[in-house]
Amino acid sequence: MNSVNAMVSLAGVNKHFGDLHVLKDVSLTVAPQEVVVIVGPSGSGKSTLCRTINRLEPIDSGDISIDGEALPVEGAALARHRADVGMVFQSFNLFAHKTILENVTLAPRKVRGVSRKDAEAEAMVLLERVGIGEKARQFPAELSGGQQQRAAIARALAMKPKVMLFDEPTSALDPEMVSEVLDVMVSLAAEGMTMIVVTHEMGFARRAADRVIFMDHGQIVEENTPSAFFDAPQSERARSFLSSVLDH
Amino acid sequence: MNVLIDHLGDVLGALGTTLVMFLIAGVGSIVIGVLVTVARVSPIPLLRWVAFAYVQFFINVPLLALLVLAVFALPDAGIIAPLEPTAIVVLAVYEAAYVAEAVRSGVNTVAVGQLEAARALGFNQLQSLRLIVVPQALRAVVQPIGNVMIALVMNTALAAAVGVVELTSEVNKVNLIEAQPIAIFAGAGVIYMAIALVIGLAAGWVERRVAIVR
Ligand SMILES: Nc1ncnc2c1ncn2[C@@H]1O[C@H](COP(=O)(O)OP(=O)(O)OP(=O)(O)O)[C@@H](O)[C@H]1O
Ligand SMILES: [Mg+2]
Repeated sequence: MNSVNAMVSLAGVNKHFGDLHVLKDVSLTVAPQEVVVIVGPSGSGKSTLCRTINRLEPIDSGDISIDGEALPVEGAALARHRADVGMVFQSFNLFAHKTILENVTLAPRKVRGVSRKDAEAEAMVLLERVGIGEKARQFPAELSGGQQQRAAIARALAMKPKVMLFDEPTSALDPEMVSEVLDVMVSLAAEGMTMIVVTHEMGFARRAADRVIFMDHGQIVEENTPSAFFDAPQSERARSFLSSVLDH
Repeated sequence: MNVLIDHLGDVLGALGTTLVMFLIAGVGSIVIGVLVTVARVSPIPLLRWVAFAYVQFFINVPLLALLVLAVFALPDAGIIAPLEPTAIVVLAVYEAAYVAEAVRSGVNTVAVGQLEAARALGFNQLQSLRLIVVPQALRAVVQPIGNVMIALVMNTALAAAVGVVELTSEVNKVNLIEAQPIAIFAGAGVIYMAIALVIGLAAGWVERRVAIVR
């Protein structure tokens, strides 16, 4: 894959937390509209990898670029860059003192300078699309976990991002709410959003992913199509990881 | 109480002075206190240090010493300002340190995740503070700030020591004329208590209105 056409490209990325080498020379290229699922044992560096892409974690060495542009180090350029990269967290992280509608309109208004009227109109479309239009005037704590996560997805989409990052978006949810969030993500993938998703939901990976990446100890150990990866993992580490996940 | 009513005009005028001092110094201390807190959690080390030093200084120096210093030493240094505004400024900067302490405890209630979400959406540091951190921190500390405001009302009485004619100094004058200390100072005490009660109730009302649903 030509990195000039890549939506996201990481080359030789290294990251330490103190003595701990969390990302070891990681290289990854994600094409426009591609959906990449990242799996791996706890502590393997999946979240860290995700967070380096909008520089919530700075890196020690290597290059990261989005849509052909190198990731700025700091300041207004970095903020602009972050605005183009949507991020959905495991713990939703909605602004507790704002209504759902305000959560979705705040960044378009304050970062992009969209008028309140336009921002609200677009926010309502997004909230309807994720199925919580009737919750617009309520506060985050009044929503279920699944509804909050869908609001968080709408909030990220409101910035019209070039790529969406998801870090275990369903692992804080009660089981009965997982599918309502995954359904939104599947439809997003179907519409051509470029997505990088850390998740152990194999159903989602099989339905929506173009590629599965298996990480262990800060390295990309294996990558393949979802069916090839889940049905016939190549490495011993991937096999033992999958059997431990399936045993659950 | 009767004696005070005999001097109603003067007492009310002095009460007005107390209330004006309280209102201006109160608003001023909240504004300064919030700014000091913002500096204290800012990414700039020098600002953080200055804010820390500010709070430490004012928490560790008696208010009376500051009032005396401002009223008697500043003119020596060539800074001449009217008495009452000087007292108001001293009260505001002094009480701001306590407001800053209260607000800082509120900052700690704002989940780190929300700040990360704000950064991920492209907010800069100042926007995150202004739009996400400060509003939530203030909502969490309405009662503590109410308590600082009650302390401020009581502290306005110290201005009497440097010559401001506010409630305490006025009733003191009435007592010099009438010589009924118990009735007069008890009456003044009731007035201070009533003001404190109103502030406490107002804080409770504000808190119920702005409390964050969790
Ligand atoms: N802020 C931090 N400071 C120090 N060490 C950290 C920090 N964040 C993560 N780590 C460590 O880095 C390693 C990788 O963490 P990371 O969160 O990326 O793993 P992960 O693959 O997302 O795991 P999980 O499946 O548990 O979420 C872990 O050993 C973790 O303890
Ligand atoms: Mg993780």
